[in-house]
Amino acid sequence: MQAFDTHTGLVAPLDRANVDTDQIIPKQFLKSIRRTGFGDNLFDAWRFRDEGDMTKTANEREINREFVLNEPRYQGASVLVTRTNFGCGSSREHAVWALLEYGFRCVIAPSFADIFSGNSLQNGLLLVTLPDDTVGELIDRAQTVPGFSLTVDLPEQTIAGEGFAASFDIEPERKRLLAEGLDEIAQTLRYADAIHAFEDKHRQQMPWVFAQPGG
Amino acid sequence: MPAAPVSEKAAQAASIGSLTMRGASGVAGRTLYDKIWDAHAVAERADGMTLLYIDRHLLHEVTSPQAFEGLELAGRQPWRLDANLATPDHNLPTTNRAAGIGGIEDEIARTQVIALDDNCRRFGIREFKMTDPRQGIVHVVGPEQGATLPGMTIVCGDSHTSTHGAFAALAQGIGTSDVEHVLATQCLAQRKAGNMRVTATGQLRRGVTAKDLILAIIRQIGTAGATGHTIEFAGSAVRALSMEARMTLCNMSIEAGGRAGMVAVDDATIEYLRGRPFAPSGELLEQAEAYWRGLVSDPDAEFDRTAELDASLLSPQVSWGTSPELVLGIDEAVPSPDAFQEPARRELCERALAYMDLAPGMPIRDVTLDRIFIGSCTNARIEDLRAAAEVAKGRRVASSIREALVVPGSGLVKRQAEAEGLDVVFREAGFEWRDAGCSMCLAMNNDRLYPGERCASTSNRNFEGRQGHLGRTHLVSPAMAAAAAVNGRFADVREYL
Repeated sequence: MQAFDTHTGLVAPLDRANVDTDQIIPKQFLKSIRRTGFGDNLFDAWRFRDEGDMTKTANEREINREFVLNEPRYQGASVLVTRTNFGCGSSREHAVWALLEYGFRCVIAPSFADIFSGNSLQNGLLLVTLPDDTVGELIDRAQTVPGFSLTVDLPEQTIAGEGFAASFDIEPERKRLLAEGLDEIAQTLRYADAIHAFEDKHRQQMPWVFAQPGG
Repeated sequence: MPAAPVSEKAAQAASIGSLTMRGASGVAGRTLYDKIWDAHAVAERADGMTLLYIDRHLLHEVTSPQAFEGLELAGRQPWRLDANLATPDHNLPTTNRAAGIGGIEDEIARTQVIALDDNCRRFGIREFKMTDPRQGIVHVVGPEQGATLPGMTIVCGDSHTSTHGAFAALAQGIGTSDVEHVLATQCLAQRKAGNMRVTATGQLRRGVTAKDLILAIIRQIGTAGATGHTIEFAGSAVRALSMEARMTLCNMSIEAGGRAGMVAVDDATIEYLRGRPFAPSGELLEQAEAYWRGLVSDPDAEFDRTAELDASLLSPQVSWGTSPELVLGIDEAVPSPDAFQEPARRELCERALAYMDLAPGMPIRDVTLDRIFIGSCTNARIEDLRAAAEVAKGRRVASSIREALVVPGSGLVKRQAEAEGLDVVFREAGFEWRDAGCSMCLAMNNDRLYPGERCASTSNRNFEGRQGHLGRTHLVSPAMAAAAAVNGRFADVREYL
């Protein structure tokens, strides 16, 4: 996955709470067996007025001009600022793939749902948690200051833009995974001996866990 | 081996747990979640993440193909094949199943089901294919097969994996990268969540079910009420629930923000497991039972968060909005945005009113329906179908209802229902009797709402478009869905019993 160091980009405000993963990427696009091809359908039911499916391309669609991401001034945005409990609902990692492929590198909100948070980490999408009031201020700036951009500095854990500066907390292990863009499976397989040892002991203590039908 | 008294068994069980317990033992009591976590913590990685050993991994067609592809690209093999169990569920049509895979009209969906078959065959993973009578919604199949056992760590690339917590298992939904991680390492790299206890005191009254209880809980604590926490459902009302009802309860933990929700072991847990194909029997069962009996929170265990409600005060519940926390009792009216103090909540209410096309002050009983869906991993087990059939028996689906679907949770549930004649009850009442799958819970197959249609649904999410583009979903229990079907609008099911 892509390592995260610092990133500067245009900010798009999505002033809604409880944005669920069904909104981020609707179910009809989950039929894909690939990891790519989801960006065009990010927030599909909000970005377009007609119902999308996997065979339609974006230029065949009826665009919802009222949706914030369709406004000309937010084209090319790579930082999304939104409200509480972002990413709730379904575990679909396709939501993270869609956000990244659309061009977002960082999402800022007062809180995120747990599974979405884990999925983001696995794919190098930085989630920044800031207090309600600070997020409110950012949304306000993104709405009122033309071209409002932010620089997100992961090593320093800071965010800065025109007339705005804040620092954020991130768990050290999450920070390291993002900063180094590590292959999680390779990290875990370094502990293969410990897993084997655990498994042997577990099999002795709880043999029923390993039982198979008919024997 | 003679049956030991419960207290002795608990002591024995605790001794197994303490072997793997980290840190000082015997200081403070442990929660059920603490015990299962301690018994599966393999190591702490250098980056601070705990490696949690996974006992059971369930797979379906939608969230696994990219994981298998990742394994293949990296030249990795599954760590322990027999931990895995797969079945297709999300994409399957609920009609014409005899035609097999060729009967899936949607080519893209068909490709995904074929990919699951191919991946399971190539890697050697046990799969109940779409023509197997044991096929079904993965969260119905696991418990039905006894593949879900107390004390297990269980994962699946599906957020409703929390269902399995009914068995005092630590069951969590994961994304596709974690599916690949679990396949490759048999571990999940995780930070431990907090402990939350939700206590339901009193007893549910007749006609009020586990579905109503969980909707009321989510209404009370909100959709982020348990974020960062593992829920333990406790209290007299929870104890009195059947195992299937506990599955309904735990299933919607995720709608309260809790990745996992669980209920402690009791007699009902053990009884449910007897004779199921994957469950232990004979001496192994006795050995397991001795451990399982200890899968309860210690009396002095501490919880980081608690919530309590009196189950005896609850009436049947109906969701009115586009978030599972926007719920009403059957005698209540749709709220006004002014009822919410917080600006964000007020806006949520306004958006929900507009999307659902409802006006403040409208009694929920006056809301008329277009479609009825009885199914999903929340409510498609045999007890759910019995409850719906009890209401449907001798009645007719209202002529204003375009379609009323009954979709059993598995092929075996369907078979059992047919043995009891429930299919006849439903058909005679004007319901459609379908084959097992996720169906209109998320409308990945052809079962769906069309723009503007309104549905009484026994599923778990009323998000915008969840059951079909611009469709409107009201979450209810199976009996309430059946009552709505015959009445054409919402009704208090207690008047039908």
